[in-house]
Amino acid sequence: MIEELLPHVNWEKMWEATVETLYMTGVSTLYTFIFGLVLGVLLFLSSPGQLWKNKLVYGVTGAFVNIFRSIPFIILIILLIPFTTLFVGSMRGPEAAIPALVIGAAPFYARMVMIGLREIDKGVIEAARSMGAKTSTIIFKVLLPESMPALISGITVTSIALVGYTAMAGVIGAGGLGNLAYYEGFQRSRTDVMIVATIIILIIVFAIQIIGDIAVKKMDKR
Amino acid sequence: MIQLTDVNKKFGAGANAINAVDQVNLDIEEGEIFGIIGYSGAGKSTLIRLLNGLEKPSSGTVTIAGYEMSSVSNKKLREARQKISMIFQHFNLLWSRTVKQNISFPLEIAGIKKTEREKKVNELIELVGLKGRENAYPSELSGGQKQRVGIARALANDPEVLLCDEATSALDPETTDSILDLLTSINERLGLTIVLITHEMHVIRKICHQVAVMEAGKVVETGSVLEVFQSPEAPITKRFVSQVTEPSGTEQAIAHLPTGTLVKLVFVGERTEQPVLASLIRTFPIEVSIVQGNISHTKGGAYGTLILQLIGHEKEIEEAIAHLHEQGVRTEVIGND
Repeated sequence: MIEELLPHVNWEKMWEATVETLYMTGVSTLYTFIFGLVLGVLLFLSSPGQLWKNKLVYGVTGAFVNIFRSIPFIILIILLIPFTTLFVGSMRGPEAAIPALVIGAAPFYARMVMIGLREIDKGVIEAARSMGAKTSTIIFKVLLPESMPALISGITVTSIALVGYTAMAGVIGAGGLGNLAYYEGFQRSRTDVMIVATIIILIIVFAIQIIGDIAVKKMDKR
Repeated sequence: MIQLTDVNKKFGAGANAINAVDQVNLDIEEGEIFGIIGYSGAGKSTLIRLLNGLEKPSSGTVTIAGYEMSSVSNKKLREARQKISMIFQHFNLLWSRTVKQNISFPLEIAGIKKTEREKKVNELIELVGLKGRENAYPSELSGGQKQRVGIARALANDPEVLLCDEATSALDPETTDSILDLLTSINERLGLTIVLITHEMHVIRKICHQVAVMEAGKVVETGSVLEVFQSPEAPITKRFVSQVTEPSGTEQAIAHLPTGTLVKLVFVGERTEQPVLASLIRTFPIEVSIVQGNISHTKGGAYGTLILQLIGHEKEIEEAIAHLHEQGVRTEVIGND
C-alpha cells in the first residue's frame, strides 16, 4: 500500500538522511548555544551601563554579530568554503556543514541572549553586587539562571532555524533531508520523495518546539 | 560606625552635571537606627549607595565599619559588602530560587560550606517568621513575605550595618508596620546599625532614633527624631513633620473658621499628659474650641499638637498665650481674624 503510494521512496536512504539532519542540527545547536552564550554575555556586560562597560569591546562584538547575522546563509556557506576545507578537510558530508551552521547561527543566538539578559531586573544584579559577588558569580548564579527561560526559548527558535539551514547546506553537498529532497526529489521529478522529506523535517521542527516549550514552562517560576 | 566627610557625588559632566549628593557630612553611631528622609530626587538613593560602594563619591570620604569605602581595593570592597548588607524597595529576590536558596545566596558568595549554610538558613527563616514557606518561590509570596526573605538574606553574613532602600515603600500600611517591627527587633537583638531612607515620615517616627532631612542633594537638618519633631527648622522638615502630626484636612478645617485667633500648641513628652487646657479655660474669660488635635509617639517620646480657636478680647488672648508659654507649651499663632 505504502509502496504503491510512494513508489520512489527508498526508506533506507530516507532514514540515513534523517539521521544526518538530526546530527547536523544537534551538533550545530550545541556549539551555537556555547558560542552564542559567550558572545551574548560579552555583548551584554560590555554594553553601556553594565558591569564591564567598554565601548571598544561592545562595538567590535556588536559589529561581528551584525555582519554575520546579515549575510544570507546560502552565501555565507559558499564564502566559508576555504575556511571549512581548512578546518574539516573536506567540503562534503554533514561534518563539513557544521562550521558554517554555527557561524551563521551563533550571532543570531547571541542577540537573543542579549535580549534575554536585558530583561533581568537591574535591581537583582545590584543586590548581588551589594552582597559582594564577583562578576563570575553574577554571570553563573544570577544572569544565566535568571534568564534561563529566555535562553531556552531562544535556542529553540535558533535550533529550528538551523533545521532550515541544514536543508540549504544539503543542497551544496552536506547530505541530510534537504539534499535528498533536492537531488532525489526535485531534480528527478519524484514528488513523493520531496513530500516525505518535507514531512519528516516538519516532524523534527514540531518536536523541537514542543521540547523547548516544555522546558521553558518547567523552568519559569515567575 | 559610619562617617561621611564632605561627600559629593556628581553625575554627568559640564553644564548638564547634576550634584546628586552635595557636601554631605554625617556621623552615625553604632547600634543606631538612622533615618534619611527626602522626596524623590533628593539624592537619598545615591547617598545610601555611597555607603556600600555601589557608587563612588566624586570627592570626600566615606568610612563605614572601619572600611574606607571610597578608596579600598575591589577585593576589600567585596569583603566589606558582606558586612554592610542591603534591602530594597522591590526586594530584588532571584525568582529562579526558592526562599531557602535566596537566603543561602550571600552565604554561597562568602564561600560557606553547605552544611553550615543550611543551618544558618534555617535559623534565619525562623527569625523572620517564614517557617513553612522555605521551599516557595518568590512569585508565590506576598510583598511582606518577600521583604522578610530580603531581610533574612541581608542578615545571612552577620552584617554590622543594614541599609534599607525604601524598604517599606512598596508595602501596604499594615505590612509596613510589621516589617518596621521586625527591623526594630533585629536592631535591639543583634545590635545592628540600621540606615534607612524613606519618603514617609511615619517610618521615621516609628523606628528611627536619629534623622537627617535631605533636599536637592544637601542634608538640611539632622538631629534626634523627637528634637526634629518638636522644632523643625527647614521648611521641608516642617512639611514632613506635618505629614504625621496634622491629620489630613487640617487646612480645610482652618479655612472654615473665619473668626477668632487660631493657635497651634505643641506638647512634648510629659506635657502631653497634663491638663493644660482645663487651666486655660478656668483662668481666662475666653471661648476655646478645639479645631484639631493629635498625639504621635516617636522612639524618643510622645509629641502632640493641638490647634485651638480662641475667641475673646485681644488682650485676654495675648495673656492666655503667655500663660501657655509659662506652662512650657510651645505656641504658634497660625491665623487671626
